Parts: sequence; structure tokens; C-alpha cells
Amino acid sequence: MVVLNSNEDANACWSCGKMRAAHFCTSCGRVQPPAPADHFSFFGIPRKLNLDVARLERDFYELSRKLHPDLYGSAHAREQEWSLEQTSKLNDAYRTLKDPIGRTQYLLRLEGVELEEQSKTATEKARATGEIKKQVVPPDLLEDVFELNMQLEELRMQKKMGEDDPALMEEIGKQKLSLETKQDALLHELRGYWNDWDSAGDEANRARARDRMVDLLNRRNYIRNLVRDVNEVLEN
Amino acid sequence: MFICEITQSLNYKMMSDRIVGIDLGTTNSLVAFMQGENPVVIPGDDGLNLVPSVAALDEHDQIIVGNSARKYLIETPERSVYSIKRLMGRGVEDIQEELKLFPFRLANDLHPGEVLRIQLGQKSFTPPEISAFILRQLKRNAERFFNAPVAKAVITVPAYFNDAQRQATKDAGRIAGLEVLRLVNEPTAASLAYGLDKKQNGIVAVYDLGGGTFDISILKLHDGIFEVISTNGDTHLGGDDIDNVLIRIALDDIRGDMGMDVSRNGEAVARIRKAVIETKIALSSQAAANLDVELPEGKRYQRQITRAQFEQLAQPIIDRTIGPCKQALKDAGLKPEQIDEVVLVGGSTRIPKVRALVEGMFKRAPHTDLNPDEVVALGAAVQANILAGGSEATENMLLLDVTPLSLGIEVAGGVTDKIILRNSTIPASATQHYTTQIDGQANVAIHVLQGERELAKDCRSLARFDLKGIPPMTAGMPRIEVKFLIDANGILHVSAREQRSGKEAEIEVQPSYGLTDDQVEGMILDSFDYAEEDFRQRQVIEARNEAATILAALEKGRQSPAWGQLSSAEKKQIAKLENSLVQVKAEDDYAAIRKAIDTLNQATMRLAELMMDSAVSTALTGKTMDEADLGEGPSAPHPVAKAEFK
Repeated sequence: MVVLNSNEDANACWSCGKMRAAHFCTSCGRVQPPAPADHFSFFGIPRKLNLDVARLERDFYELSRKLHPDLYGSAHAREQEWSLEQTSKLNDAYRTLKDPIGRTQYLLRLEGVELEEQSKTATEKARATGEIKKQVVPPDLLEDVFELNMQLEELRMQKKMGEDDPALMEEIGKQKLSLETKQDALLHELRGYWNDWDSAGDEANRARARDRMVDLLNRRNYIRNLVRDVNEVLEN
Repeated sequence: MFICEITQSLNYKMMSDRIVGIDLGTTNSLVAFMQGENPVVIPGDDGLNLVPSVAALDEHDQIIVGNSARKYLIETPERSVYSIKRLMGRGVEDIQEELKLFPFRLANDLHPGEVLRIQLGQKSFTPPEISAFILRQLKRNAERFFNAPVAKAVITVPAYFNDAQRQATKDAGRIAGLEVLRLVNEPTAASLAYGLDKKQNGIVAVYDLGGGTFDISILKLHDGIFEVISTNGDTHLGGDDIDNVLIRIALDDIRGDMGMDVSRNGEAVARIRKAVIETKIALSSQAAANLDVELPEGKRYQRQITRAQFEQLAQPIIDRTIGPCKQALKDAGLKPEQIDEVVLVGGSTRIPKVRALVEGMFKRAPHTDLNPDEVVALGAAVQANILAGGSEATENMLLLDVTPLSLGIEVAGGVTDKIILRNSTIPASATQHYTTQIDGQANVAIHVLQGERELAKDCRSLARFDLKGIPPMTAGMPRIEVKFLIDANGILHVSAREQRSGKEAEIEVQPSYGLTDDQVEGMILDSFDYAEEDFRQRQVIEARNEAATILAALEKGRQSPAWGQLSSAEKKQIAKLENSLVQVKAEDDYAAIRKAIDTLNQATMRLAELMMDSAVSTALTGKTMDEADLGEGPSAPHPVAKAEFK
């Protein structure tokens, strides 16, 4: 159970005045106004990348049973509002943390790490300047990507002309499969650095793990976008 | 006589808080509620559970809905409408396909950007207003059933409905005088109805092919939690489309073989439509069926259709459900073998070919134990019960649904920046930060989109927001935080704040489709005529209740020893007044019922007093009040209740 540990007043339930957990009162069960919290502290778990997903799911269900708007159908408008906000936070936190990639990106960002492609500043800059967010091509992929983009362009042209080239389709299908395998391998590699990050004893070790993870995430995102492009061409 | 006011007012409160579940379907609509531990459908006054989603204006310009409106589809097609759900939350430009296939008559004075209006005779109505006519009929059916007003409802919508379509449904509820406590996705509602008696864990796929919409939802059931993992669908795919293929063939036949073009003859097309629907239904259980239509000039079109022919024609339409199913599985990260159960919902799943397709795709025989036409309404009733605080049957049941479509913001270059991904559990939120690009800029425009495509122009435009009144600052200084929240109904809410000044930024919402609040208010006022009708009916219902209570109490009085103490003149007078109350009670005249109640009350005053005296003396001779059998409950109120004893 997640318990607040700030000052005493904030620990008191607005309704019955007794001590309460972070999101609902331990005594009377009423929902409490949402307090600023990151996804980890919403669940009352340490900021670590290795996470017991089965337990997270259990906690998610348990909190849903206490916070969901369905349970506040006839409650005061204020409580309905809190329930809605708390549940949306719960859902956002659960969605982010249960996914290994989402969790890693989120935690790194919490720790002030800027992930190139999807960094907030990059997004905001792109929005302000009117440019499309930049994508960095991992150097070792350059050649393959160039080749694949040529093939995709050719297939797009053929489709426009109503032509059919099974050999090209098959070739692109193969490339897609190999990209997906790479994606899986990158996730596996990413997991390998979780312990280094979580154990944290050695700052240098931790920094090394961080830099490797940022690199892996960027590569993986790049490949993910590529696969998406391939799917779009194949399906259209 | 003995009206127990306390019991009655308690009763009234309980009943007015009753929440019904409504399935507002493309072809048929239903209303249901939880009776004890089971959801049941409330029939209409014709005794039928299904209310056809048909509305018509009769010759007196009165709105007729349901079964009694069906004949107008053929007799006066220009004054009637069906399948209005296809137009909910849509603009003129996205219904061009629909207009080719359906006899929707748009009002000819529509302005660009205005909500669609459908012409019925000399009047025109928006899709939410027409849906409200149907809802009002369901509301009335429920009120007749309960003998009490109904003001709150859970209404189901296709899971794949977008924000505009959901908002339009909610508006329809408001116009019909219903507080819509929740919009529930149809396949999810169906799973609730199934889950009620099968308290088990596992992965369930719900395949819902109705009259006009298709949904596929994949759920994880876990100790009473119904967690939707993924959903997909097509809000313009259903039995209607099969009908249209058959109608086109019939029209071609008639033109080719009989040299008649009846495609512009509304009545003939309506007859053909009725006949092909009957044929389609027959072919679900027979190997062949006859299409038989009376045409103008005394002609007749007859043709036999075999099931094989029918299946060949329907196949391309049925096959359109495969893509969404595959996508839903992919989004859930599941293989077909990992699905534990498959549930079929919607009338079109009665077609054997549809069942075969589902069985082939999920590699198991689907569940069909609940009536596919009713299961969604039953599930809505279950959800209504949960929202009302639950009961033993729904204890521990909780629905966790998802948003079917990604929510995005248009960024420079006309690209969609997705901020809430599809299949996110709702309520879901996202926060975005904006700033200004020139010094002293006071407004920032935001374009909100829904859909999966990369380019904004390919997504559904939900709304354009203007952040206004930003304090003058140098470019890039303001920090405006905009919060997007999708609520448990799947409807978007937006709020904004300039963080440096702490000022709530004013948001001007320009919904791309749909009615503004003022318009909905206006429609509620417009429907005041109907509302007044409802109020009159409610009064009549309440008076009838009161009359029934008195008559029941009088019956009790006749059995009591006090009855013998009345003079024969008194008895005669009571019997006379009783008769007249029974008579006016059957009619719709509130004032007459009221008057008859009051006179009977007066005439039975002495009987009531005598009964109380005898009750007291019975008690004195050693009998308890219980043994004296003074009746109980609202049907025979306790005679010592305060009401008439002044």
C-alpha cells in the first residue's frame, strides 16, 4: 500500500480526518485529491528498471477497484473529479511501467536524460520551428536503410501504376522480418543493462549503462519507425 | 383512505433513482434493467422486446417510433427514417457513400459546417434529435413498466465510435430527458452479460456484427475485472450492407427482366428492402428462400435465392471483418490460439457464414447462448447496476475499457503527433506544453485529431482550440500547459493553464462536428411539447399507482370485521365510487382519476376509523397486530400510518 509521508495534515483524510494512504483513505475508503507524483511513487515502488510486473498488475487491479469512476457514480461532484483524475494517473502510470521500453525511457527521462529523437525539448523545438523531428540514422544501419528505402520507393511506384512484383514484395518482407529480429535483440540487450543501472553503487558504471541504454533506445525507435513504414507500404 | 405517504415517497425515490441500460442500435433498440440478480429486457406496449430504430412523422406531424413506425417506411418513405445511427457525429463530406446506399433525405438548407439535418415531411431534425425520439420511446416503455419516472441511463455505443459519435449519442440522451451516466462500448457490455453467470478468468474475444457497425474487442477477465486489452472495428459495416447488395441485385433484375426502373420510387425500394431482409433472415435457417415483392402497376418481382448464392454475395462484406480482428489480436500481442472463448453479438452473427468465419479465425466454436440481439442491452443493465452502487450479483465486477483510436495534435507540416495511443485504458490523460512564436502573441491555436494516420488531413478532426488571453511576453516565454483527458465514456476534455502567470488560459472549443451546448439546450426546449406529454403521462402513472393502492386497501377492508359495521347505504356508495375509480383508472385523464381517488377516500373515511378501532380492540384481546393481519407493504399500507387520520 502506498502511504504518504509528508506532513501530518496532508496525511489526514478530507472526509473522516484519519490517516490515509496516498490515493484513498485507509479508514473510510474515500478517494483523496490527487497529489503530484511520478509513476513509480504513484505505485509506491522504488525507481528501478527491474520490476515485478505480476505484482504491478495486482496493484493496478487493487487500486482500480478503489479509485475507478464507476465506484463514485453517486458521490459528490468533487469526489467524482478526484476519482477521474486519480484513475487517469493510475492508468497512465501502469501503461508506462508495465512496458519494458516505456519504463526505461520514462525512468531515464525522470533522471534528466535526454533521449534524442523523442526528447521533449526536441519535440517542442520542432513544434516551434516548424521542422519535423530529426531522426538520427544509426551509422551501422545506414547501408541497409538506404537499400530498403529504395525498395520501398520502387514498390510505392509500382502500386501506383497498378503493377505487381512478388519478388520485390518477398524481398521487402524478408527485410522486415530481419528488422523485427533486430528489434527483439535490442530489447534483450537493453534488459542486460537494467541491473547495472539499478545497483547504482558505481557512478561510472551507472553512467556507462545509461549511455548504452540511450543508444539502444534510439536505435530501437529508429527500427520501429522503419518497420512501421514498411507495413504501411505493404498494406496499402 | 389509508395512503401511507412515507412508504410511497420512499418507493418513489427508489424508483426515480433506477438506472436503465439502453442499447441504441442501428436496426433495433432495447431497454433493460437489473431485476434482482438478473438483467431483463423491458418490453414495449406491443409486448415486444425490440424497438425498431425507425422514426416517422404521421399525418398529424406526430413522431411515431418503433414497430408502429415501420409501416410508414413503405407508405410514406419521405416522412420516415431508419439506420440514423450511421449519421451520428458525422459531417456532410463523410457520408457521401452512405447517401448513395441509403434513402437519407438531407435538408436542402444545410450550411457548410452545420450539423446534418434529415428531412421528415416539412420538418427537419438532426441525427441526435432522431435518436432522441427512439430513446424517448424506450424511456416511456421503462416508465410504463415501472409505473415511475426514469431519468438516468447507461447507453451503449460501438467500441469503435470516435469522440464526435460518442458526443452525439450523449446529446441524444440529453435531448430525450435522460441523464447519461455512462457510455459503454457494446462488445464490452456484452461481455458483462456473459460474465455474470460465468465467473471465470481468461481471454475472451467479442465479435459484434450488428445492423450497421462492426466491433471486435479482446478482454482479459480477472476475478470480476473486465479489462479490455484491444479493440478495433468499422463503424460502417453491418447487416445493412448485405441488404444493400441484395437490393441492388433486385433493382437490376427488375430493370433488366421487367423493363422497369423503380430505383427512384421510394415506396418500391422500401418494399424491396423489407423483402430482402426477410429473405436474408430465412436463409440463416433454410437452404433457399423466395424473394417476393409487389411492384407498382400491379407487377410482381419473384426470385429464388439459394444459400450458396447469398453467401457468395455476402462474402466480400463479411470478409471486411477479418482485418480488424487481426489488428486487434496484434495490438493485444496474442495469437488466435491464446483466446479462451469467443462470444458472438449482433443480429448479423446469426448468418451461418459469419459463424464459420469466426470459428475459422479463432479456431474454436463461438458462444451463442445469449440472444445476440439482447445481450448488449442486458450488459448495459449490468453496468447500470454497478454504477448505482452494485448488488450481490455485480459485486466485485469492474469494467476497464480502452480508447479505440489514438488522440493526436497537429504539428507543423500537417503531421499528427500522437499523445494518447489507441487501446490505452480510460480514463487516460496527456499533458502538452505550448509556447508563443512571436513577441506579445496572445492566442495559440491547437488542432486536436483522432485516428491512426500520420498526416493530420487523414485523421478525424475533433476540434480546434484557441488558447486566448496569454499575458504579453517575449516569444517562447509563456509556458502553456494543456491537459487532455479522455474520461470513462471515451469523451475528450481539455483544460489549459499558462504556468508562468498561473492564469487559466481561456479555451474556445470549436467542435469540428456536433452540436454546441447551446444547440442541445435549444433542442431540449424544442422537444418541450414532447416533454409536456411525458409529464402528463408521469402524472397519470402516479395517480394510477395511488388508485391501485386504495383499491387494494379497500379489498383488505372488505375482509375485516369493520366492514360489517357499515350501513348498506354506505357499502353501496363505496361500491359505486370504487367502480368509477376502476373505470377512470384505465383511461388517461389525470384530473378524472384524481377526483375519483379523492371521493373514494372521503367515502371510506369511516371504514378506516372502524378498522383502526377494531385493530386496537383486537390487540386488547391478546392478539398481536401481526396476527390481526392488517396488511403490509405499499399494496396494503398499515392503517395506523398518519395519512388520512387528521
